[in-house]
Amino acid sequence: MIALWIVLAVVLYAAHSFLLSRLYEKADLPVSSAWIPLYNLWTFFRLAGLSGWWAVVAVIPIVNIVAYVAAIVAAYVIGVRLDRNPYWTVLFGVCPLAWLIMAGLGRSEWRAEVPENGEARDLRIRLAVREVVSGNAMISVLAVVLAIVVGGALIAATDESVQQAAGYFFSRPLDTVQAIWDSVAGAYTALFQGSVYNFRRDSFADGIKPLTDTLMFATPLIVAGLGVGLTFRVGMFNIGGRGQMLIAAAAAGWVSFTFDLPMYIHLPLAVLAGVVGGAVWAGIVGVLKARTGAHEVIVTIMLNYVAFYLIQWMLRTPGLLQAPGSNNPKTPPMSDTAIFPAMFGAKYSLHWGFVLTIAATALVWWLLSRSSLGFQFRAVGENPSAARVAGINVKMMYVYAMLISGGLVGLAGVSQVLGTVKTGFSDGIDAGIGFDAITVALLGRSKPWGIFGAGILFGAFKAGGFSMQAAEGIPIDIVLVVQSMIVLFIAAPPLIRAIFRLPNPARTLALAQSLSAAQAATVAQTKQEVA
Amino acid sequence: MKLELRGITKRFGSLIANNHIDLVVNPGEIHALLGENGAGKSTLMNVLYGLYQAEEGEILLDGVVHNFAGPGDAMAAGIGMVHQHFMLIPVFTVAENVALGHESTKWGGTLNLEAARETVRTISQRFGFEVDPDAIVGELPVGVQQRVEIIKALSQNAKVLVFDEPTAVLTPQETDELMAVMRQLRDEGTAIVFITHKLREVRAVADRITVIRLGAVVGVASPTDSNEQLASMMVGRAVLLTVHKDEATPGEAALVCTGLTVLDATGHRVVDNVSYAVHAGEVLAIAGVQGNGQTELTEAIMGLQKHVLGSIMLDNRELTGRSVRHVLTSGVGFVPEDRTEDGLVAEFTVAENLMLDRADQAPFVRRGTLQLGYLRAFAEEKLREYDIRAQGIGTHVGRLSGGNQQKVVLAREMSKDLRLLVVAQPTRGLDVGSIEFVHRRIVETRDAGIPVIVVSTELDEVSALADRIAVMYKGGIVGIVPGDTPREVLGLMMAGEKPAGVSAA
Repeated sequence: MIALWIVLAVVLYAAHSFLLSRLYEKADLPVSSAWIPLYNLWTFFRLAGLSGWWAVVAVIPIVNIVAYVAAIVAAYVIGVRLDRNPYWTVLFGVCPLAWLIMAGLGRSEWRAEVPENGEARDLRIRLAVREVVSGNAMISVLAVVLAIVVGGALIAATDESVQQAAGYFFSRPLDTVQAIWDSVAGAYTALFQGSVYNFRRDSFADGIKPLTDTLMFATPLIVAGLGVGLTFRVGMFNIGGRGQMLIAAAAAGWVSFTFDLPMYIHLPLAVLAGVVGGAVWAGIVGVLKARTGAHEVIVTIMLNYVAFYLIQWMLRTPGLLQAPGSNNPKTPPMSDTAIFPAMFGAKYSLHWGFVLTIAATALVWWLLSRSSLGFQFRAVGENPSAARVAGINVKMMYVYAMLISGGLVGLAGVSQVLGTVKTGFSDGIDAGIGFDAITVALLGRSKPWGIFGAGILFGAFKAGGFSMQAAEGIPIDIVLVVQSMIVLFIAAPPLIRAIFRLPNPARTLALAQSLSAAQAATVAQTKQEVA
Repeated sequence: MKLELRGITKRFGSLIANNHIDLVVNPGEIHALLGENGAGKSTLMNVLYGLYQAEEGEILLDGVVHNFAGPGDAMAAGIGMVHQHFMLIPVFTVAENVALGHESTKWGGTLNLEAARETVRTISQRFGFEVDPDAIVGELPVGVQQRVEIIKALSQNAKVLVFDEPTAVLTPQETDELMAVMRQLRDEGTAIVFITHKLREVRAVADRITVIRLGAVVGVASPTDSNEQLASMMVGRAVLLTVHKDEATPGEAALVCTGLTVLDATGHRVVDNVSYAVHAGEVLAIAGVQGNGQTELTEAIMGLQKHVLGSIMLDNRELTGRSVRHVLTSGVGFVPEDRTEDGLVAEFTVAENLMLDRADQAPFVRRGTLQLGYLRAFAEEKLREYDIRAQGIGTHVGRLSGGNQQKVVLAREMSKDLRLLVVAQPTRGLDVGSIEFVHRRIVETRDAGIPVIVVSTELDEVSALADRIAVMYKGGIVGIVPGDTPREVLGLMMAGEKPAGVSAA
């Protein structure tokens, strides 16, 4: 056993050293310095302009927690030198080896330090700190934290035992504190147990079930959020998620229960029908906007009503969506050959639609940050007039964006009918997801993986909300309040900054510009001296 | 009233925008504040006007210390400001604008507009302005709008008047008239602060000159000093005010516009039946006061205007009615006049902006995928070649200074296979150092045998760059004259007069 550990340690050390050597090679440092114990750490800190003695601190137990922080700072500085996004530093915090793979094997090149005076260096460091704390990701996280705190206050205020204890607050104040603690801790524990892991169950297989429920609920939220977020990036607002989901659900559902085909044809066909349905419904809006200048917010809202009544009529008309031999406005159940199969057996509700969601997230990430189309999308979203002058067909971008957005939202509708409610659906199949998706996109800052995370959080709220109500008798509405608070706080970044005393991004911008000026002055000075 | 600023210091974080600035302006004196963009002139005036609070120093009026919490306090104390961008409401009349903010009212709160009209009339008479109190401000020429600003300031009994870059929007004639007004105000005992970066104007009108560089006073100059002396004080080193340029060797006509007419949304002819040709290897400058159709003319070439009549031929191929994409791929480089609005995406990085108008073409894109490796190498190269001062190619363009932003636009447009270069207001808002650079690049492009169109409202720039000058007035070309035509002649042409001996285009 011990031998195994030793082998593992040696392999890990070799891996780290190898990657470090690649990094040092980029920075024109001797490769051998990466293999010498302690000295390689020393070099790492020196590379970032920090004291090498941090390496010594890093090997002393307990104290090395401080060195860990210094190492993160060093990773940030080195990342910037490699022209990497500052967010890579997070990866270093979680798994340094993964970060080293990026730094050592990535294609990015080492950028030598710009000659700068003390003032410019001071500015740059302050700028780096500010960028992290005033960034959008930070605002999102703090908005969630704040919303949970406010939610806790509401839970306490509406709890009967708290109210009773508060009645004799001045004689026994600790009772009130105790009651508040019990109610809030109880509620959030129930939320956790209903959404992540239930410790009261005996086996792991049972305990983990809430997490699979969370992912199941998150599936449509994520894809719909991706659709809404995509339009945000193009400078548009798609509020038509409900209509697009209904049309997509109808199309996918109809294909599912009408035909009798082998699964490998039937399922893709049903999914495709739904995606196309959603895309067409949203595409109408894009075309109207491009051709006539109609505002997409108004048109998407109106098309929600059109879709809703259209589906209602189809559900009541035999031969269209209504189940044969029934008077209810409901469809027949989905065909077994065109539903998302369960991922981990019938015990869990999670279905393969979730894998499709991961793929969709990766695809949208690629589209937005690596494709030509996405580049043009973002240009139009940030500055349509510059995009037009640069020869980008702004109107076509609106159409394409709405088509893709509708397709993604449509996938959410598909996931509802083929994954969540397989027994046939009625006009409430969208379950408000089209609107929740807006919140998810906002919380995720319209970034694909951000939306993925936000979708899972909201899925957890949905899954945990039920158990919170069942276990603690707390109305499920409290979850809605927390969700709404998140939106409210995200919409008011200055409020968040005021509460947590974060610096203002406008000041950060001024700082950046003065840094640019300071650098220019230094270079001008150097030139003058040379001349 | 005597204005005195003592040791004014204003910091933004660790950046010192104003460093212990002392300034004394006596009644009956025009005091010029000369400095480059970003030197701290505007910050100082915003401190004076109560928009910023200084960390150190004090403002004295006739020896009494004042603390201004806002523009209202400053105005009440007798400080008036004529802003660079007019603070007027276009749909209001002159009288309404003058009354705005301190409306006199009659019984029951009804507006006493008659009083405002009277104020406008009396002040106009005093200075010989012809301003109708009931004219809608938005319909007046800019020169007159500026007078409304002056009237507004004077109606508050301003004893200290600050003119913030007042000549940027004026014709040379209007500038002369403004200077006459400034002298008249001075003679009546008003203390005048005249903020500018234009050396010629300073020397023409100022009694004393204070030069500011990097937030601090670098010295006091006299109006009799030479342009070179003033410029080197302003920049802190010797500068070349005129770009070195060899005689042009024009080739064949490359861009030929015949009967070009542009209609705006209301059917009004903003460019009216214009014909001209630009030859390979020459710079044709289009001069004129802002808003006489130059913008629309360049946009018509680029395919950005909807209603274009007539013909635009580049290398014998028709460009009229083609898409922007088509025009760009035909080899036209375009530097728009408003770089932050039309030229750059502020939230994009330097690298992304460098590929903005080739966002769907090789080598930047292959099979629909961005070629990030190529883009990185390309951007690094351009960063060096164009001396763009940024932390790196990943810096957002919105974080660069104006000069560096313009260099990004130039780098993008000039790194194409050019058949024509259209440059609008290439040095607007740039410091002297960047102006030198931009002008040199434009001349180099010309020397490479490429036809260049430069649109500029700055006569100095036009004279420095042009091989031939077309002057526009009310949508038409008044005439096309040689590059060495004297300023006075150009000034008259900019006002629509055709001097003797100038043939129509």
